[in-house]
Amino acid sequence: MTEATLIQGVNQALRIAMAKDPDVIVLGEDVGVNGGVFRATDGLYKEFGEKRVIDTPLSENGIVGMAIGMALQGLKPVAEIQFMDFIYPAFDQIVSEAAKFRYRSGGEFPSHLVIRTPYGGGIKGGLYHSQSTEQLFTSTPGLKVVIPSTPADAKGLLLTAIFDEDPVIFLEPKRIYRTATGELPEGDARVPFGKARIAKEGSDVSVFAYGAMVPQCVQAANVVEKMGIHAEVIDLRTLVPIDVDAIVGSVEKTGRAVVVHEAPKFSGFGAEISAMIAERCLYSLKAPVLRVTGYDTPFPYTLENLYLPSVDRIARGIERTASAT
Amino acid sequence: MSEDADVPKETLLRAFRLMTLGRAADERGVNLQRQGRIGFYVPMNGQEAAQVGCGLALDPKDWIVPAYREIGVALARGIPLKTLFDQFYGNAADILKGRQMPCHYGYRAFRYVTASSPVGTQIILAAGIAQASVYKGEKVVSVPFFGDGATSSNDFHAGMNFAGVLNLPVIFFCQNNGWAISLPREKQTRSASLAAKADAYGFPGVQVDGNDFIAVYRAVQEARQRAIAGKGPTLIEAVTFRMGPHSTSDDPSRYRKQEEVASWRAKDPIEHLRDFLVAKKWIDEAGIDKIEEETKQQVQEAIEAAEKSPPPSPETLFDDVFHDRWRILEEERSEFMELLKEGVLRA
Repeated sequence: MTEATLIQGVNQALRIAMAKDPDVIVLGEDVGVNGGVFRATDGLYKEFGEKRVIDTPLSENGIVGMAIGMALQGLKPVAEIQFMDFIYPAFDQIVSEAAKFRYRSGGEFPSHLVIRTPYGGGIKGGLYHSQSTEQLFTSTPGLKVVIPSTPADAKGLLLTAIFDEDPVIFLEPKRIYRTATGELPEGDARVPFGKARIAKEGSDVSVFAYGAMVPQCVQAANVVEKMGIHAEVIDLRTLVPIDVDAIVGSVEKTGRAVVVHEAPKFSGFGAEISAMIAERCLYSLKAPVLRVTGYDTPFPYTLENLYLPSVDRIARGIERTASAT
Repeated sequence: MSEDADVPKETLLRAFRLMTLGRAADERGVNLQRQGRIGFYVPMNGQEAAQVGCGLALDPKDWIVPAYREIGVALARGIPLKTLFDQFYGNAADILKGRQMPCHYGYRAFRYVTASSPVGTQIILAAGIAQASVYKGEKVVSVPFFGDGATSSNDFHAGMNFAGVLNLPVIFFCQNNGWAISLPREKQTRSASLAAKADAYGFPGVQVDGNDFIAVYRAVQEARQRAIAGKGPTLIEAVTFRMGPHSTSDDPSRYRKQEEVASWRAKDPIEHLRDFLVAKKWIDEAGIDKIEEETKQQVQEAIEAAEKSPPPSPETLFDDVFHDRWRILEEERSEFMELLKEGVLRA
């Protein structure tokens, strides 16, 4: 065990996977000599060389298309898209090709690859360096969508993603790349998909979150604790596959639920969680499900701190839900 | 027909048979759709020399990354006719399990990647496959197939650019058939030729008579040798013509003149190869008739076999989304099976 940041967790996972399996190849813009604009791939080029760490032309559809092709020929590519906001040129490749290959070929051509990309706000990145559009991918059958919130999960979930059999969209909360610190287990310490993590135990309200919103929710839970409200914070970790039991189990215990994400509320992933609760444990509910999310506007620059769910706004939501009768 | 023909007699006779078989299969494909026996078809009529010429010049280990108009390539690669017709019918024997519209087949054992419908996406995939082949030390090429329309797509640019920069063994095989549905070639790009586009990517572009089997075969052979020698990609523009509609949903009389079609009919690729073989006395009228009859019979047998196969079983709807089963989908499968059992859904 060593103390590390979230981005060091990403870096370690890549290094361990590459050392373990020569089929693991990293590609993307500035990932080689420069080590990535956030330094996620720092040192890999020097250690593994240009055949395994490929600096690509500036073309997101090219990067993802190359990765899919490499996967079809049996490699395990890990593509980096520099910001999630720039993933859209590759949307056709992700949705039309990667997500559908296994299905459309009757299982003949699985296309396993990982697309890593930093997502989310809070870094003064404005419209195009801040967005969270995970719901575009969770609503596409055939893609797995993974979002870590701790260094150990960044490492363990990325290792699982690299050795998974299906295409994985791996969203990294860049806001907490360096502020989320914690113990990193040694070696190939994988974290399974589909198993949520209880970030803080509680009995009064269930709070569901992922990525950079998890530490925010834990802080909010600490705030309401002083008022005597014990919130349980669940880190979903993987949106596809989702941990249904963790969601239902917690709501059956608390009878109250708050869903938190950075993405806009309308048609956001929170709607899926809310519907899941309505379909599976409505009669356990003592209060309506509440969503605390980004607003339904494009992502703002100067006012971003007012746009993103803050600790105070989340705490207010928990408090209201706890007191609703 | 190219006069400096040092292509072996056996190859030419094989090509003639495959082109004849391709046309027979293609004509029946259209007719089956017209009769309501299959849902859709994408004819390649007129493009036999380009497709079989390229297909036969490749090594069986080379990767074919097709669009949806490549039955000549599939047959040249050796994919059984029955496999193709099972796919057209989307029946239980279809290796795609009835999941795609007709003509989107693929077969891993033949290194023939399953096609999709978006235009051009396969071009960059071929570059990725080539990158992996080089990494693994396999001496093979990747060949994306596409038309004139796809040369305007994002992934054409990406594929050409990545293959150029990374010096990959890719043969970009463009069948310029004159029309992208209703858009003529001259409205697709102001470039003097499609082959000329290779210049900007730093590798050769070659324009060939796509209705001349030998010309295509030799151009592909040459490009393949270059690629295998580590000299990088080539773009081949095979100039040909789509004699039929874009698909069975298209009516070309709305946008092109009959005279244009007639002028290309005079350049029919199968007739040209046949005339060459007859002039060389490598085949006679009786031999030609025999091949025509045999290929028609083969197609008839494939259709009869395909029609005997039932549709895929309903529960396969939920297979192959992911490698592992996951809860949300399995719940849907159970509910679906229950609805079938209750007769709310009928297979």
